[in-house]
Amino acid sequence: MEFSELLASSFEALKLNKVRTALAGLGIVIGIGAVIALVSLGQATQASVQNSIQGLGANLITVTPGSQRTGAVQGGFGSSQTLTLDDATAIETANYPSISKVSPEVDRRTQVTAGKNNTNTSIIGATPSYTDVHNVTMDSGTFITAADVTGNRDVAVLGPTVVSNLFGDGVDPTGQTVRINKIPFTVIGVTVSKGGTGFGNQDDTIFIPISTAQKTVFGIDYVSDISLSAATPDSITQAENDAGYLLLKRHKINDATQADFSMFSQSDILNTASSVTGTFTALLAGIAAISLLVGGIGIMNIMLVTVIERTREIGLRKALGAKDKTVITQFLIESIILTIGGGIIGMILGITLSYFISMAISLPFTISLTSIILAIGVSGGIGILFGWYPAKKAADLSPIEALRYE
Amino acid sequence: MDQIIVSNVRKIYKTGDVETVALDNVSFTIKKGEFVAVMGPSGSGKSTLMHILGALDTPTSGKYILDSEEVGKLSKDKLAEIRNRKIGFVFQAFNLLPRTTALKNVALPMVYAGISREERMKRAEKLLNDVGLGDRVNHTSNQLSGGQMQRVAIARSLSMSPAIILADEPTGNISSAQSDEIMRIFQSLQRQGHTIVMITHEPSVARWAERVIHIKDGKIEKEQKNGKERKK
Repeated sequence: MEFSELLASSFEALKLNKVRTALAGLGIVIGIGAVIALVSLGQATQASVQNSIQGLGANLITVTPGSQRTGAVQGGFGSSQTLTLDDATAIETANYPSISKVSPEVDRRTQVTAGKNNTNTSIIGATPSYTDVHNVTMDSGTFITAADVTGNRDVAVLGPTVVSNLFGDGVDPTGQTVRINKIPFTVIGVTVSKGGTGFGNQDDTIFIPISTAQKTVFGIDYVSDISLSAATPDSITQAENDAGYLLLKRHKINDATQADFSMFSQSDILNTASSVTGTFTALLAGIAAISLLVGGIGIMNIMLVTVIERTREIGLRKALGAKDKTVITQFLIESIILTIGGGIIGMILGITLSYFISMAISLPFTISLTSIILAIGVSGGIGILFGWYPAKKAADLSPIEALRYE
Repeated sequence: MDQIIVSNVRKIYKTGDVETVALDNVSFTIKKGEFVAVMGPSGSGKSTLMHILGALDTPTSGKYILDSEEVGKLSKDKLAEIRNRKIGFVFQAFNLLPRTTALKNVALPMVYAGISREERMKRAEKLLNDVGLGDRVNHTSNQLSGGQMQRVAIARSLSMSPAIILADEPTGNISSAQSDEIMRIFQSLQRQGHTIVMITHEPSVARWAERVIHIKDGKIEKEQKNGKERKK
């Protein structure tokens, strides 16, 4: 019997019982679709975690005041006033090759009004290097310039959340006035949304020149923290040492354990993150394995039932002169058509599903080729195996037994 | 000329240690163009005999020669070929493919013989015409009555112009009016030169045949010829 005839017979048999074919196909579609969607959503979550950590800034080191010991009493974290603008300038002028940017910052929350609207938001006194250190990009207008800092100007750059709180969505506030502590500031730009809420929502922030923040708004002479950008990921440790020793010298402290400031780098966060990511990967592998198992068992069941139900038909075909090989090949072709068809639909379903879920919960949309190959490989393999195996068993029966099968 | 020679055929089934003798030294011959009925109560071994005659099973010992070929010695694939080319089956339960048109059912054995699609459809249509179902070619089996289904099955059994037609209780599942119609078709097939072997337990059906072989407890009890009492 020719292959084209077998192929035609297989298609005919599949067409004959549309419900059975649809059910078997559905098992495969769901098995494959579920694996692809689950794995892709897991990976999207993983990518999202990584993105938000990297969004904090490249090679970031943060120097915060604190741990100042006066006698036996240790000051509360962040309450100290040991870091000054001069410390930042000193690190910058030392021109360490390990440090590329220095960004002293003043960070406080206060009430802000614009017309009748008001909001309580974070005010960051910044210098131009803030954008490089923290990966801030402008949506419109400009960020704070060196001239704004030296000129002590009353200008403000708004985060997108502040814009929508004070001016409403889609309004360009450039040139408008906002009042911070009742002092009027002219809006000169809006930053691009970074999304997320971790480590303080950076979208709910107003940037003003650090000099203005210190002198005009808050009346202080210290800074909240100094952020440093290491030249390369490998120079983070070196940068921590360079800046650390300079500050110890400036603060006249000989014992490093007595330092009145502390440092943490992005590599510390990345270490934590990589252990989180590791857990995620294990979780994903678990989910994929369980989905594959469930999908596989579903496919196995429907294929077994489908073929067993047709034992009499196999007996009849054999009585009418079909050879064992012909019968098995026909069932094998049927399973292959089912699994390939179901696999393709399942793949489309899985990708569509994960696309819409990603959109709905604002995750990056990723599809891994590995998950597709794994899903189709395993489910397809199971489908073909369990289409072939019972068919072989039925074909091995004598035609009489198969015909009498109830 | 003897088309079927059965000599000293024994068939023993083993279930664990228990041996059941289904056929015990059965011998007979059937000439080309004969219409023979095999009669016997259930458990007599007539179904086993039918399976051996139909190359669905092979004897434990003894010889079965069909068209000068000893069937008992053949491989599974060769047996499938014999069933395809030399034997036309008519089953009690019709055994048509469900939800499939009469035409495709009749054409099925020709698919396995590798006959072209065009030729298959042409022959199947003619065969259905011959059994009086020319207007039902595209009906599926569930749209046909029992008698009509059996006529489709007869057309199917003829599709490869086999040496013998083997009918196993062909009227067992249909009404008596339709059953006479089926038997008339068999008689006309005999007149066309076909050899027909029919298994039945009903004397009224056996009377349509020329010769009746009575079988009981795996042995041939008696043979008799239907003379004047043969139904026409």
